[in-house]
Amino acid sequence: MTQPHATEGAPGADAGAGETWELCLYVTGRSPKCLRATENLRRVCEEHLAGRYRIEVVDLLENPRLAADDQILAVPTVIRKLPQPIRTIVGDLSDTDRVLVGLQLRPRRSAAK
Amino acid sequence: MGNTDLTGLVGAAIGPGLDRAPTGISGLDQITGGGLPRGRLTLIAGSAGAGKTLLGLEFLVAGARDYGEPGVLLTFEESAAKVADNVRSLGFDLDGLQRDGLLAVLSFRVEPTEIVAAGEFDLEPLFLTLDDAIKRTGAKRVVLDTIEVLFGAFGADSIVRAELSRLARWLEDRGVTAIVTGERGDHSITRHGFEEYVSDCVIVLDHRVREEISTRRLRVVKYRGSAHGTNEYPFFISARGFVLLPITSLTLSYGASEERASTGIARLDHMLGGGIFRGSTVLVSGTAGTGKTSLGAHLADAACGRGERVLWVLFVESAAQVLRNMRSIGLDLRQWVDAGLLRIWPARPSSFGLETHLAMLVQLLDEVTPTVTVLDGIANFAHEASVAEVTSMVARQMDLLKVRGITTLATAHSHGDETSTLSISSMADTWLLLRNVESNGERNRLLFVLKSRGTAHSNQVREFVLTDHGAELVDVYAGAAGMLAGSARQAQQAAEREAQLRQADDLEHRRQELRRSISEHEAHFAAVQDQIAAERTELDRIGVRERHQAADTEADEVAMGKRRWADAIPSDGANR
Repeated sequence: MTQPHATEGAPGADAGAGETWELCLYVTGRSPKCLRATENLRRVCEEHLAGRYRIEVVDLLENPRLAADDQILAVPTVIRKLPQPIRTIVGDLSDTDRVLVGLQLRPRRSAAK
Repeated sequence: MGNTDLTGLVGAAIGPGLDRAPTGISGLDQITGGGLPRGRLTLIAGSAGAGKTLLGLEFLVAGARDYGEPGVLLTFEESAAKVADNVRSLGFDLDGLQRDGLLAVLSFRVEPTEIVAAGEFDLEPLFLTLDDAIKRTGAKRVVLDTIEVLFGAFGADSIVRAELSRLARWLEDRGVTAIVTGERGDHSITRHGFEEYVSDCVIVLDHRVREEISTRRLRVVKYRGSAHGTNEYPFFISARGFVLLPITSLTLSYGASEERASTGIARLDHMLGGGIFRGSTVLVSGTAGTGKTSLGAHLADAACGRGERVLWVLFVESAAQVLRNMRSIGLDLRQWVDAGLLRIWPARPSSFGLETHLAMLVQLLDEVTPTVTVLDGIANFAHEASVAEVTSMVARQMDLLKVRGITTLATAHSHGDETSTLSISSMADTWLLLRNVESNGERNRLLFVLKSRGTAHSNQVREFVLTDHGAELVDVYAGAAGMLAGSARQAQQAAEREAQLRQADDLEHRRQELRRSISEHEAHFAAVQDQIAAERTELDRIGVRERHQAADTEADEVAMGKRRWADAIPSDGANR
C-alpha cells in the first residue's frame, strides 16, 4: 500500500519480451491514411519489436461485416491482440509517441504531454 | 396496432412539398401531417430514459411490418440481443423480423477509455456497415441510436464532427428515411450540437418525474417545409408502445352524434332536452356527498339496462363500496357486473403515475369496448401532481373517450368553489353542478345544469333527492324567502297552504262583519227615518193646536166683556 505501483515499469514491453506480438490493422482499401498507417506501424515494430511481431491487415472494403463483428468504427485501427490485454489505437499512427503509449512499448510519462 | 384508428381523423397540417414516412405512432403521425420527412434525416433528442430508442424502434418495426419498408438499427447503447429483449414485451419481434430479412440490428460498443488516438482517422467502417446492411435488407429506414457517443471516443472531436456531417448527407443521398437520437444538452438541443446537421426534422422528448409520477412530453422543434403542431404533446408508453394524444388537433374532428341517451333519471333527461348526446362528455361537479356518484350510477344502470357495456373507473372508493352504496338508493348494479355488462375498475391514482393510468385506461377500453364510461372522482388526481398536469391528463382521458365515441360521465370533487373544477369544464359538453344547501339543521342537494352544448336545456334548479328507489328531481320552492329545499321546502309549502287558509278565513270574517255592520246601519237608518217621520208629525200637530188656542182665547174675551157690560171693548191697559 505504501509503495506506489510502478506503472512506468514498461509492463507491456516486459510482458511481451519473450513472445511474438500479434497486431491487426484494419483499413479501408488503399486510402492515403491507411497507407500511412501501414507504413508507420511497420516502422515502429521494426524499431522496437524487430523479429518478434506479426501484422495482419484487414481490408474492411473486402468484408464490411467484419466491422460490426470486430467492433471497428474508425480506420485505421490497430488492435494489439497479443500480448494481452488487448489494446486499441486509432489513427494513421503519425504521432509516434501516442503509438508507443498505445502499444505500451514505452513508459507512459513520455506521453504525458 | 390498436391506436392507428386515430390516424384517419386528422388530415390537416400536411405541407404539399414533403413526402412522409409514417411512424405508426398515430398521434405523432397526426402532428407531423403523416410521419417523418421521407428520405430525410430526423433528430430525436431527449435525456436518458425519455423514450428515444423506443420511438426509433417503433418507426423501424412499423416500417418493416406495416409499410413494406425494411430497416436497419445501429445502436451504440446496448447489444442487439438486449435491444430485442427490451421491446419484446411491447410485441415487437425483432428476431422474427431479422429472420425474415426485414430488419438488421447492429451494435457497436464504444469505450473511450480503451482507445488511444494516434493521428488522423475516419469513420468509414460505419458507412461500410450501414451500406452493407441497407443493401442486405433493402432498407428504407435507418435508426442510429445514440450516435453522439462517438464524440470523445477517439480523442479528436473535430474529425467526428466532420464525419457525422458527412454521414447525414450520405444517409440522405441513399434516400433512406433516417432517425438519429441524441442526448439532450444543457445549452443546445443535443449535447454536441448534432442538430446542426439536421435540417429537416427535430423532435425533442422530455421526461419529468415529480413525486414519483412521470410525465412525458414530445415537441416537434423543427419540421422543414410544413406546418406542424408546435405544442408540447403529452405521451406515454403503453403496453403496445408509444401513445401520443394530440389534444388540440383531435378536438376539431370529433364526430357529433345526434342520438341521445338517457341519464336514467327521467326529469334530468327532460331538463337536458331529452337526454345526453351519445359520445358527449358530462362533467358532474360538487362538494363531498352531493350525489355525484349516484348520477353516474343511474347513467350506468340505464345503459346496462339497454344491454350496453359500461366501464366504471373508480378513483376513490372500492367496487364493493359503490355497489353497496348504490343498492341503498335502489340501484342493483351487481346484476350488471354479473351479466358482464358492467366492468368496475378501482384505480387509485396514487398507486401509479398519471401516464400509467392513462395507459391502463386505453387497455381497458380495448378490452371492454364500452359505450358508456364513468370516471368517478377525477379531481382526486390533484393530490398526486400539479393541477396543470392533472388537467392535461384528464383532458387526454376525455379525448381518448371522445375519439372512440364513448359517452362519458366524469365526476369531480370540488372544494367549495365549484366553478374551478380543474378548468376541465371547458372540455365537457354538459356540466352539471350539485350543491349542498344547508338550512334548518339539514343539508339538501340541488342540481344545476350549468351548460349543455347543442341542447336547449332548462336553466332551472332542481332539488336532487336520493330515495330508496333511485334519484329523483323535484321542483324547488322559489319565492320571496329565497330557494328552499328539503323539509324547509315542505315547511314553506305547509305555511303557504295555511296562510292561504287563514286568508280565506279572514275574508269570510270580514265579509260577515261588513254584512252585519250594513244590516246594523240599515236598521239604524230605518229607525232614524221613523224618528224623523214621528217628529214631523209632532211638529204639524203643534201648529194645529196653536191655531185652535188662539181662536178660543178671542171668544172667551168677548164673552167676558158682555158679562161686565162694557160699552166698548177696552184695551187691557186702559181698563186698569
